[in-house]
Amino acid sequence: MYLLNRKQRHAVNYTWMIISLLLVAFLPFLLFVGLYIKSVLLIHDYSLVDLIFSKTWKPASGQFGFYPFIVGSIWVTLIAMLITAPICLLTAIYVTQYTKKYILRIMHPAIDILAGLPSVVYGLWGILVIVPFISRYLGPWLDIKTMGYSILAASFVLSIMIIPFVLNILIEIFRAIPMELKEAALSLGATQWQTIKHVLVKKALPGIIAAFGFGLARAFGETMAVLMVVGNVVRLPKSVFDPGYTLPALIANNYGEMLSIPKYDAALMFAALLLLAVSLFFNLVMHFFIVRFNKY
Amino acid sequence: MDQNTKIEIRDLNVFAGKTQILKNINIDIPKNKITVILGPSGCGKTTLLKCLNRLTDLYPELKVSGKIMIDDNNILAAKEDIYKLRQQMGLLSQRPYPLPMTIYNNISYALKLRGIRNRRETHKLVMHYLQQANLWDEIRTRLREPASRLSIGQQQRLCLARGLAVNPEIILADEPTSALDPISSQFIEETFVKLKHDYTIVLVTHVLRQAKRIADNVVFMYLGDVIEQGSVEEVFGNPKMEKTKLYLGGTFN
Repeated sequence: MYLLNRKQRHAVNYTWMIISLLLVAFLPFLLFVGLYIKSVLLIHDYSLVDLIFSKTWKPASGQFGFYPFIVGSIWVTLIAMLITAPICLLTAIYVTQYTKKYILRIMHPAIDILAGLPSVVYGLWGILVIVPFISRYLGPWLDIKTMGYSILAASFVLSIMIIPFVLNILIEIFRAIPMELKEAALSLGATQWQTIKHVLVKKALPGIIAAFGFGLARAFGETMAVLMVVGNVVRLPKSVFDPGYTLPALIANNYGEMLSIPKYDAALMFAALLLLAVSLFFNLVMHFFIVRFNKY
Repeated sequence: MDQNTKIEIRDLNVFAGKTQILKNINIDIPKNKITVILGPSGCGKTTLLKCLNRLTDLYPELKVSGKIMIDDNNILAAKEDIYKLRQQMGLLSQRPYPLPMTIYNNISYALKLRGIRNRRETHKLVMHYLQQANLWDEIRTRLREPASRLSIGQQQRLCLARGLAVNPEIILADEPTSALDPISSQFIEETFVKLKHDYTIVLVTHVLRQAKRIADNVVFMYLGDVIEQGSVEEVFGNPKMEKTKLYLGGTFN
């Protein structure tokens, strides 16, 4: 019947599994090595501290300071998370603990549609809605001069973009908590809010952190929507109403152009390396917290 | 209401949509006795238990009508302090669900909800309830560990201690030994027999031998109906209804 006998088939399947595993395990490592080799030209000529903390970005005269991009990326990401995290957490708690079940059934397709929209659509929406809102209303109202294309606009757009992802995970996490745990807390005389605050959120904490970490990683790497509204000005932003520049936008805007400038190619690769390193760092911190809170 | 009756259930009906889960239930549960609610799976035992401490409120699809009197207070009509009301009853579920906290905090959280915040008193009471649940000697050195590290049998006794810590008058137990090994089950049963002097115990089970061992009173239910109720001698020794006889004989289907 078969070309191979049972033992041989086992060996073949087993080998493939090992190969797939190794591939997945080594992929990040290979990426890292690849980017390092491509950017080694830059790293050898400048000190790492100079590259990361220097503020001057003049490729034509050989000055590569990544600080404005790093700061821009971190600002945009963190403000986006500050907006997203409470909205998602409260929404997830509300739809899983307070509302009737059919609300969740209605919400799920809506969330999925939001999650499936291409990022360029979010970027357009940012240009058409958020940017004018900031330049015409929010800025004047706070007596701040801004052209709208700013860190804040990027944060707004990003936060809306990652809400569906984070929210979907959070809803699943809260739904996975057994009803009996809730009943146990209520039977002790806890109110619904006490049950949520002291028991459910605590139980879900590792998952909540993982969801936020996932959102953070997505936000940090998001390219298109951000570069459409962030302003793309290489300058250290002094407030959230200033325009900025992010690492992914730097790569996307410039790769393939101006490659005649010496080391420009290597500099962009170094930006990618930085992105990878920061993502790795976020991941490690996230894992630390997950392990820390996962003992219950 | 009779002096010796702790809970009086009258005309209790529960609907889930169009299906009737409980049909005109009338039960008297005597004070300081173990009342066993017996019956095959799906007969409404758990729902009955959930009516007693208003956990039915969690399920908006359930429609509950009738009266449940505890000490002349109809708890189904109670509007305001359901949380206080639930503290009259300690709940023990089929599987243990320790709160996501340390062993110590599982008990002290219940105490806090009861209004005890004094640290020395808390400490004394945590020890007291763990002793009452037959657990103290095993875990006295592990109080600061997460409760989830205990064995299932220990977790169930921890849940019992937690239920006692709200200072209830009634203990509701929903097949509390179904997930446990025989020795842990025996621990729980022994604890119940000790506890009945201070508490009224309602135990849901489908294990006949368990009912025989520890029950004072038996209520036999089938498909949402109470078929027969009475003292353990009456129901087990001389069942009046055909269905009860069949169930006790093990030839029920």
